[in-house]
Amino acid sequence: MSERVVSQPATSGTGLSRRAFLGVSLAAGGGLLLTLNLPRPAWADERAAAANLNPYIKIDPHGIVTIVAKNPEIGQGMKTTLPMLIADELDVEWSNVRVEQAMLNPIYGPQFAGGSLGTPLNWIPMQRVGAAGRQMLIAAAARTWGVPAAECTAERGVVRHRSSGRMLTYGALASSAASLPAPDLESVRLKTPAEYTIIGKFTGGVDSARVLEGEPLFGIDMTLPDMSYAVYEKSPVFGARVVRANLAEVKALPGVRAAFIVRGSGPDAAVKMGLVDGVAIVADKWWNAQQALRKLRVEWAPDSAPSQGTDVFERDAARLAREAPHSVIRRDGNVDAALARAAKVVEASYAYPFLAHVTLEPQNCTARVNRDGSVEIWAPTQNPAPGAKLVAQTLGIDAAQVRVHMTRVGGGFGRRLNNDYMVEAAAIAKRFGRPVKLLWNRPQDIQHDAYRPGGFHHFKAGLDAAGRVIGFRDHFITFGQNGRVASSADLPADHFPAGFVPSLEYAESLIQLDAPTGPMRNPGGNALAFAFESFLDELAHAGGRDPLALRLELYGPPRVLPPPPPRFGLKIPPFDTGRVRGVLELVAEKSGWAHRNTLPAGTGMGLAFYYSHFGYVAEVVKASVDRAGVPQVHKIWAAVDIGRQIINPAGAYNQAQGAILDGLGQALHQFITLRDGRVVQSNLNSYRLLRMREAPPVEVHFLRSDNDPTGLGEPALPPVLPALCNALFVAAGKRIRSLPIEPQTLRSTAT
Amino acid sequence: MRFSILVNGQRRTVEADADTPLLWVLRDDLRLVGTKFGCGIAICGACTVHLDGVPTRSCVTPVSAVGGAPVVTIEGIGETEWGRKVKDAWLALDVMQCGYCQAGQVMTATALLANNPRPTDQDIDTAMHGNICRCCTYTRIRAAIKQAAGLPTADSREERS
Repeated sequence: MSERVVSQPATSGTGLSRRAFLGVSLAAGGGLLLTLNLPRPAWADERAAAANLNPYIKIDPHGIVTIVAKNPEIGQGMKTTLPMLIADELDVEWSNVRVEQAMLNPIYGPQFAGGSLGTPLNWIPMQRVGAAGRQMLIAAAARTWGVPAAECTAERGVVRHRSSGRMLTYGALASSAASLPAPDLESVRLKTPAEYTIIGKFTGGVDSARVLEGEPLFGIDMTLPDMSYAVYEKSPVFGARVVRANLAEVKALPGVRAAFIVRGSGPDAAVKMGLVDGVAIVADKWWNAQQALRKLRVEWAPDSAPSQGTDVFERDAARLAREAPHSVIRRDGNVDAALARAAKVVEASYAYPFLAHVTLEPQNCTARVNRDGSVEIWAPTQNPAPGAKLVAQTLGIDAAQVRVHMTRVGGGFGRRLNNDYMVEAAAIAKRFGRPVKLLWNRPQDIQHDAYRPGGFHHFKAGLDAAGRVIGFRDHFITFGQNGRVASSADLPADHFPAGFVPSLEYAESLIQLDAPTGPMRNPGGNALAFAFESFLDELAHAGGRDPLALRLELYGPPRVLPPPPPRFGLKIPPFDTGRVRGVLELVAEKSGWAHRNTLPAGTGMGLAFYYSHFGYVAEVVKASVDRAGVPQVHKIWAAVDIGRQIINPAGAYNQAQGAILDGLGQALHQFITLRDGRVVQSNLNSYRLLRMREAPPVEVHFLRSDNDPTGLGEPALPPVLPALCNALFVAAGKRIRSLPIEPQTLRSTAT
Repeated sequence: MRFSILVNGQRRTVEADADTPLLWVLRDDLRLVGTKFGCGIAICGACTVHLDGVPTRSCVTPVSAVGGAPVVTIEGIGETEWGRKVKDAWLALDVMQCGYCQAGQVMTATALLANNPRPTDQDIDTAMHGNICRCCTYTRIRAAIKQAAGLPTADSREERS
């Protein structure tokens, strides 16, 4: 594990493109209260925002600093990382910092965990809040002493007057600082990296000790007085209606309080992850409700959807591949002409399956509907604001009447960007009239997901006599609803190698899909990297080239491409081919790529690179194949460039290693099968997750280029899938073109 | 039915159907929610508790089968020497990401060390095979077990790689 620092001219940085301002007030019981008002997101309710200002930082008279964590914690460490940014600039001891989880409230600005955006959206704003606080505490001390602020310094919770040696603690200054005007956030001075005392230090998660003591932090741990337990059964065929159910029989079962049909929001609710038809059972204990579920008999309409099957999709895809594409995504130059003059044409078809998220904490939500119609929600959600809106729309109330408490989240991976479980709990609580905790069982969780969509790629590429790629075509067969590409099922027009090969065409055809799809950790990338980076490896081998050299040639000399337009209220950092080269060369060096030909026969190394979520990641996998054809992964190396500063090394290495092993599990084991409109897999025996003995050593190296830091929840995942398949090609001479990897594909025919 | 069970050294009485898994008695009747529900079929390990010192899947263990065997959960395991060492190592190495599986991981790891204070990497593979971490913190779990045992945390499997 290492960090390597690279100095280079800074490219234009990230940062909020809209203005934020700071509020100051005296805390109840004395002390300083700082409020950061971030640009309001479009969904925010104006009245709610004006009526209530919540503190970001509170400094009490004893010097204890309470920092609000505005985003949900789903395991990526933001509840620790963002307070670290504030605390370092404020210059307090981390041991004096307490972190409190915020509720959903528009005053905090965007509150979500997704897109690896926690760091890039908050890196500067959180530091500025802390720096402004420090500036005010210095000003308060200077005023007390009657000296210029410039003669005072602040360090670890104490302000000092240099020449006289006088000192005052933050706790003693807090109430007095509250009467000072707030500094302009854009003009506060931020520390230089050499001055950091918390940023860059190995810092354990703020809730970890409490998790290990079994405290009730997760959504599933929530209890309310007078609470009952609910289960909710939905149709195995997506979007089906309840015709009838044996409710009277179920109501008579032990512990059951109520059983009723809930009507969904309409025919498109299934694909949109809204409220769909189902039967609710409410009981004194969850186990009673779960046992009653076994006796529940529901008639669904329809109860079968023959067009919605994995085997049907495969036949459809094969047919569509022979036909003209439905539409063109991008066309550069003349691919037909390039292929006609190519010294070598390579053609290959790739496929990957639907995947489920299987957060280890099954979907759940606790809800209370009050007499005035307002709703209070406790939910493990990555994205509470759309959840509140969904609840409001479905129940016919104002969004301001929905209060959402964000619990700790037992795994997100994109699953909980959707809030279907939230609206179900609210609807059940409303009908039941008392609070309920809805908890799904594992089969319900696997069979009612917003799946990572499967896909099919038909590639054709031409190489010139030197092995250079001169023409590239992908006919992408993907999924959609009524002619529109399904969520997370698109091929971006700028996906590599677009823009780097003179003649290139991306085209697509759609298969009608009735099952919901949605983002899963590194949406798009988790599938596209496998197909594109594997095919690129094929091109290298076909042209007799080193796969590393071919990539370096394709990306070309170091240069910064024109920046894309702002998104998420964020200046998007421009793509920098120098950063690609940096991580490719670093991973090659660390893995001993140049000496890969000295490995024993049957052991191979594979390489892949992927750019996503502003992060540049190159990975090398070393693997062999056992006699049964099962891949044996010996070791994985990763080189990661997410900018100049690793905010919390404790979290950063863990995220990179975890994402890589997550991707490895997908490659080795995971697939969702549809048959007659139903998901076949039902638990963790048929949907396998990676286990300890399958997890090889993962060596991560950060290349600290001089760019603003960006997120790490997602970018390390995609390259491992193609890097593994590329290693297996070298090890076993077999090209993996379909996931998950089937041992029979790799089994040696010689033995 | 009424059951009297010994949990973390305390005698507890609960009213439950005989087939109720111990997991739900712990979580919903005794409000000991550190033990987690993951799969309900003893395949993920999130619900692991110690029954008479043996790591046991509480999601498939009926409360009626507990009898007089002492139950120790994540809430109580820190009272044991190995439990404390394992928790300390887990925090020192910042093992967890989402944290949902970690109670089960700690319970299994503690039982491993209590029986085998100097486990090899292969011992760890075998003992921890039944505990899934969806965040894939396996490299940290492996290192933390070794740290708790006072062993070097390097992965010996690297030598063959």
